[in-house]
Amino acid sequence: MPNRVLHVMGMAVSIDIRADPPDLGTLEGAVARVGEWLEWVDGVFSTYKDGSDVSRIDRGELDVAGAAPEVAEVLALGERFRAATAGYFDVRAAGRLDPSGVVKGWAVERASALLAEAGFADHAVNAGGDIRARGRPEPGRRWRVGIAHPHVQGGLVAVAEVHEGAVATSGTAERGAHVVDPHTGRAALELASVTVVGAELVSTDVFATAALAMGAGAPAWLAGLEGYEAFVVGADMGTWQTPGFPLAP
Amino acid sequence: MKRALAAVAGTIAGLAALLGYKSGPVKRAQLLAPSPTAPASPTAPASPTAPASPSVTGPSVTTPPSVPPSGGGDEGGGDNIGGDDGGGPIAPQPTAPPATTPPAMAAPATGGAGGGTRTVTGPDVPNRFGDVQVQVVMQGTRIVDVKPLQMPFDRQRSYEISQAAAPILRQEVLQAQGANIDLLSGATYTSQSYAQSVQAALDQARK
Repeated sequence: MPNRVLHVMGMAVSIDIRADPPDLGTLEGAVARVGEWLEWVDGVFSTYKDGSDVSRIDRGELDVAGAAPEVAEVLALGERFRAATAGYFDVRAAGRLDPSGVVKGWAVERASALLAEAGFADHAVNAGGDIRARGRPEPGRRWRVGIAHPHVQGGLVAVAEVHEGAVATSGTAERGAHVVDPHTGRAALELASVTVVGAELVSTDVFATAALAMGAGAPAWLAGLEGYEAFVVGADMGTWQTPGFPLAP
Repeated sequence: MKRALAAVAGTIAGLAALLGYKSGPVKRAQLLAPSPTAPASPTAPASPTAPASPSVTGPSVTTPPSVPPSGGGDEGGGDNIGGDDGGGPIAPQPTAPPATTPPAMAAPATGGAGGGTRTVTGPDVPNRFGDVQVQVVMQGTRIVDVKPLQMPFDRQRSYEISQAAAPILRQEVLQAQGANIDLLSGATYTSQSYAQSVQAALDQARK
């Protein structure tokens, strides 16, 4: 069960490929391509790199039209999700252009597709706790995904089982209140964490972030999302989940 | 893109700490030095030590403890990681100075029942809501119960947190130990008093 960790885009990206036996030459080639892809994404979209397209657009030095075409694609996604989340997800929530909330899922989706194209049907990509999984970890069972306890190091609040799909968790404990309610400009503090399970990581990650910003209104909103399941931990450590959330037995 | 190198590493280290993941001499070295108390505020940077990000893959994580777990207090992520705050170069993850003094050493074990069951009391670990102290019941090297001796209730808010948190915390520590997971979703922690108290109790139990 080869596992590779790439350090890119300011995070650890773990690639877990299940193949028996693995063709190591093909595997290393595929992992290298994933690494190159993520490095490229970072170079274009990083808000920490002054020379990235996104940083230059933010400073008014570059038009979207003059940037890499993928930038327009990602910003269009951001706009779509701003509408889909009643503005709770906004690439300009922090007062500057920061499409990272879309970029991560988008980049991981492509990374997972590259692995699948290389013939690795059973794999998982875990980018800083947000996951895209395909196939199965072993014949006959699903991926078991532990959902980290928002406050207890090493603790879990639940274990989900997924086959094909994505799992994203957004929480306030990770780095203080990093999610801001765009409507108030204040930190979202009512929920400790929101985990969403969906078919692909872009929307799944965005919805987890948006729900955290919604606070108390999140469960009602999440319950109405077709095709997604959610597990919510409140600041008071109470938990709530959608009826279809795939808890491990 | 989340700047989550240390978040992942910290999370894994945390799991490793509680699950006895074999992590080599570095972790052993940490055992010798009591971990500093975790920063009390979620916005205060913890000090991720960022081990080499071992994968969180099934069986290795849930292997029964063969190495004494290390203290978890200094392994959480800082506030600069794990968020939806955009990509960028991996920031160096310095070992921040301890935010507070190390916890008092664990009280001596409070004696064990028969049948290989032992009860060990962890130290009193302060956090922003008050002090946390637990008692761990072990059978051999396995935790079979965690009892909160002291949870913060000096203020109404803290009281509410304690009331809700204690049963959950207890359950989760037990759960993580046998959870056989392939992957971990979510990042890191800043409130580590509980894990630290459990950890110190475990360390004490192995002496």
